[in-house]
Amino acid sequence: MNDNTLLKLEDLVLYFKTSRGEVQAVDHVNLELHKNKAVVILGESGCGKSSMAKAILRLLPRNVGQYHGKVLLEDFDVMSLSDEEFRRQVRWVKMSMVPQAAMNALNPVLRAGEQVAEPAMIHLGMDKEEALDLARQMFENVGVPVDFLTRYPFELSGGMRQRVAIAMALITKPQLIVLDEPTSALDLLTQANIMNVLKTIKWETGTSYILITHDIATSSELADEVAVMYAGQIVEINDAESFFQEPLHPYSQRLMASVPRLYGDEEPDFIPGRPPSLLNPPTGCRFADRCHLRFDKCDEEPPTFIVDGHPVKCWLYEKDHQAVESAATGTGDAS
Amino acid sequence: MTTDVQANPAANPAVDESTPLIEVKDLHVWFELKKWGFSHVGWVRAVDNVNFQLKHGEAIAIVGESGCGKSSLMKTLLLLNRPHKGQVIYEGKDISNLKGKDLKWYRSQVGYVQQDPYGALPPFMPVHRILSEPLVINGVKNKKEREERIRQAMEEVALTPVDDFLNKYPHMLSGGQQQRVVIARAMILEPKLLVADEPVSMLDASVRVEILRLLRKLQEQHNLSVMYITHDLSTVRFFSERIFVMYAGKLVEQTHIEELLNNPLHPYTVALLTGTSVPDASNAKHLKRVPPGEPPSLVNPPTGCRFHPRCEHFISGKCDVEEPPHLEPLPGHIVNCWLYEDGRTSYPKVASE
Repeated sequence: MNDNTLLKLEDLVLYFKTSRGEVQAVDHVNLELHKNKAVVILGESGCGKSSMAKAILRLLPRNVGQYHGKVLLEDFDVMSLSDEEFRRQVRWVKMSMVPQAAMNALNPVLRAGEQVAEPAMIHLGMDKEEALDLARQMFENVGVPVDFLTRYPFELSGGMRQRVAIAMALITKPQLIVLDEPTSALDLLTQANIMNVLKTIKWETGTSYILITHDIATSSELADEVAVMYAGQIVEINDAESFFQEPLHPYSQRLMASVPRLYGDEEPDFIPGRPPSLLNPPTGCRFADRCHLRFDKCDEEPPTFIVDGHPVKCWLYEKDHQAVESAATGTGDAS
Repeated sequence: MTTDVQANPAANPAVDESTPLIEVKDLHVWFELKKWGFSHVGWVRAVDNVNFQLKHGEAIAIVGESGCGKSSLMKTLLLLNRPHKGQVIYEGKDISNLKGKDLKWYRSQVGYVQQDPYGALPPFMPVHRILSEPLVINGVKNKKEREERIRQAMEEVALTPVDDFLNKYPHMLSGGQQQRVVIARAMILEPKLLVADEPVSMLDASVRVEILRLLRKLQEQHNLSVMYITHDLSTVRFFSERIFVMYAGKLVEQTHIEELLNNPLHPYTVALLTGTSVPDASNAKHLKRVPPGEPPSLVNPPTGCRFHPRCEHFISGKCDVEEPPHLEPLPGHIVNCWLYEDGRTSYPKVASE
């Protein structure tokens, strides 16, 4: 770990209890995020992407089965904090979140400005006037006309509501913002606009992002690094440059091939089948059933190999590449 | 107006392949705005003066943002809305005012694939019943025939083995499978026209292509005409020959898809194309050029060209005053924009970049 590391996940686990068993939504995830960088978490729905965001921000539902591992924020393990300490010291202060379908996540009976100001009042101890002033600044930063401060969410368009949600995540000046599908419900030009806003904020304030999405094309607008998630596990972490040129894991390759392109003769392809149930994930490689490069070895669970510095969880890279000591097999001592 | 469409289309000898399947003439779909329920306040001009023809077996894509009127146009073709002014002509007959039996017959001729498959399927009905309803309603009384047609439709959309799916409820199916049921339901009456309203926007990226391929296969096999409505230009190439770009209730550009991608003319089309991302790491290094503002309200649309407040080539005194003409700078490439008045055939570069 170097000074530049902002967030590091070590063997993060989040399982949910259901009447039919444990859902292994986040299964021993390791990830590192540097300051002022954006990492994109890619994957189909039901791969545990949103659960990972919840695990990082400790926004947990009631039916948590297992929740352990390390979440190191600048070398400090925030998992050691109690829920109340976490709420006071970390959530919204150091990292905040723009939830999925943020346009519906706003409180319908509060004016937009009041909602944006609220985190500043609670976490920064500002009085209402100061907080509203700050909210006005945030509105300017995200490109919402200032007179929208006194409007209610239903009076705003989808794009404007999304911007308000981003302004709310920004107001406490956190180092990290987790964005869960921030543009998936929006129109094309609105999407492009929001991406521009996010880029500008990143350049100007040095914020880091975790961007969760299944939209590969849009994700490239922000990505410095890409982590591909499949069935609760991270199967590849790569820098954006190499990923968008030549992804390593077969799943990433198939995902890239499924993107329709505006130009060029390549016809996109689909991935047959669907992700396995996380209630009872297959032993061995979880992608094996849908993989076009499957071979005998795939019945065993692959370790993570380091390919040119990029972790890839696939047997194809066994030859000539060093495997990481999988801490997942050791005892999870952080609980 | 004319309500003399016969219940049996075979009895209409004028119909052959050269007649367009659908012809839309001077179509206006306006919705009245009322105050206190009765006093007239104004109109929402969802579709304004739209003209086009759709041939047998042809696929057209309509592209535009939400609120541009593309869904209102589609619903008018399905006769879920009535035109405020203008005509919708189906195989040579004006259908704008169909009622009763004739309306039921017309609706059996057009299939509708909804955007959100889960919302479009009744949650309390198993697949079998969902698919048999249209047959029962349209008078297929023989139970055996119904069974056969249901099986055939399910095989066609690759919901196989059929027996595994017949008794499942929508919530037991994945998004892709649900959309297949919706497509099977739209196809079961063997329509001539399929209207697909953003059929893949709610699906995972990995299955989108699968559904689009299925639609293309059906189109080719049944010589179907398809209206494909979307906001995602990158999926349009898949199965439509012509593309219409719609903005604020008007068609602003109409041409063949390859021509549109390689030589877009209308400033709005250009904005849409620049706004579409392709996966490329260099995207993260610069900002996208996006027109400022948002699409206008359709109650009080801007005068002249409706795109003028956001346009980078705005000509003061012209674009904001007069409605742009219907020009054809290149054969088969129609654009409504003042820029092409002087015979220009490609989009002018913007100097300040």
